Amino acid sequence: MSLVSVQNISVGYGATKVLRGVSLEIDPGEILTVVGPNGSGKTTLLRALIGAVTPASGRIERGAGLRIGYVPQKLHIDPTLPMTVSRFLRLPGGATPTQIAAALDRAGVPDLSNRQMSGLSGGQMQRILLARALIGQPNLLLLDEATQGLDQPGSAAFYRQIEEVRAATGCAVVMISHELHVVMSASDRVICLNGHVCCEGTPEIVSAAPEYQALFGTGTGGALALYRHDHDHSHDATCGHDHAHDDSTTKAAE
Amino acid sequence: MMLDDFMTRAALAGIGVACAAAPLGSFVVWRRMAYFGDATAHAAILGVALSLALQISIFAGAVAVALAMALTVTVLTGRGYAMDTLLGVLAHSALAFGLVAVSFLSGIRIDLMAYLFGDILAVSRGDLAVIWGGAVLVVALIGWRWSALLTSTLSPDLAHASGIDPRREQLILTLALAITVAVAIKVVGVLLIAAMLIIPAAAARPLSRTPEQMALFGAVIGAVSAVAGLHSAYLLDTPAGPSIVCVAAIFFALTSFVRGLRA
Repeated sequence: MSLVSVQNISVGYGATKVLRGVSLEIDPGEILTVVGPNGSGKTTLLRALIGAVTPASGRIERGAGLRIGYVPQKLHIDPTLPMTVSRFLRLPGGATPTQIAAALDRAGVPDLSNRQMSGLSGGQMQRILLARALIGQPNLLLLDEATQGLDQPGSAAFYRQIEEVRAATGCAVVMISHELHVVMSASDRVICLNGHVCCEGTPEIVSAAPEYQALFGTGTGGALALYRHDHDHSHDATCGHDHAHDDSTTKAAE
Repeated sequence: MMLDDFMTRAALAGIGVACAAAPLGSFVVWRRMAYFGDATAHAAILGVALSLALQISIFAGAVAVALAMALTVTVLTGRGYAMDTLLGVLAHSALAFGLVAVSFLSGIRIDLMAYLFGDILAVSRGDLAVIWGGAVLVVALIGWRWSALLTSTLSPDLAHASGIDPRREQLILTLALAITVAVAIKVVGVLLIAAMLIIPAAAARPLSRTPEQMALFGAVIGAVSAVAGLHSAYLLDTPAGPSIVCVAAIFFALTSFVRGLRA
């Protein structure tokens, strides 16, 4: 029984059709990556999954007991809004301090709970957003270009964190990305999207598919291997360098 | 009885408005709706004119027109009009039509200044009941939806993912704004309502680490400004509404200065 079943949906904004006849199933515990060029409807697909847009046709069936954890592409917090990390994590459900500590731990940022949200670095912010998504103990984690703005070791570290989360909690993960070489090797299944589903399958199958190569070229097949030898390079988002950098940007912002 | 004293009634009216304005004003600041609040308030003068012509309660007329104004703006911005142009057109037309409409009401002698700048010293027991009733309603409404409102303010998509409809929360905020505008007319007048919404909340920002603190400190700053403003108006023989706003502005300058020292 799949967690979510998307059946032949079409979504449009005004006259433009962004998605045409898209169908997919999300199974418990799998890591599914959606790749596609800009404007291919990746984010729209994710927004349809969380219910932010209603498909013009087709249907989305959500399994009983589905709990979605959503990690947005980025979160801009207005500097006029004071918000500590722990207060943010209590939105809107009202998590207990124990749950907050556990989620921060799992996201790899145990020491940030008293920091102001507006003073976080990009990497820290992504991990806090991940921690917040984990608080409701989701069985489906949705990530929208979650590593935008992170450097390559930073995003590789972030994806390793996602794999650890999946291993520890058994939740399914749906990721959207254009960082194909990094993301695809972490996936069980890849869907190549360009308004419709071009091709799908294991990372190896998709990267060899002519539809995929027509969209992205052939160069990424070699880059796929890069990530696999990258595991021992550690670059933690909470290192001392980031802190120093944060403080100065916070002051500048104020 | 203590409500017999007009200064006591005025102070209570000011405190009531400050309590409603601070949590609402915080959202106005966070969501960058300052001009939206201003426009809604300006439109209320048309509501005042209509109430006088139709001989219905000023509160009801002001709430209705402020709400209609806010909803019109919300709907039209959804259809691709630029927000600032739309507000500029609608708010000032509503104000102009309101002023013209008032001039037609020759049968009744109206002190227009009382609606433009407030007449807090003339607050009656009935006014006080309306102000506090409206304030309690606004605080209850915002308190009830607090977490959902905050989540939608941070990100509409995060709200959707948590099962919250951001458009519904926006509507609740709009309703609270219309009620606040209507109860604040008597206290600071339509031209200075936006000041009571924004200045105490903005003054509370440097003192706050969480959204709740900002709303709470804003209410305290607003209430103290109301009492101190009234007192100085009495001592210096200045208009009461603007004096209240002046004190709030001084608080803003002070807390901004303190933040400047810390940074």
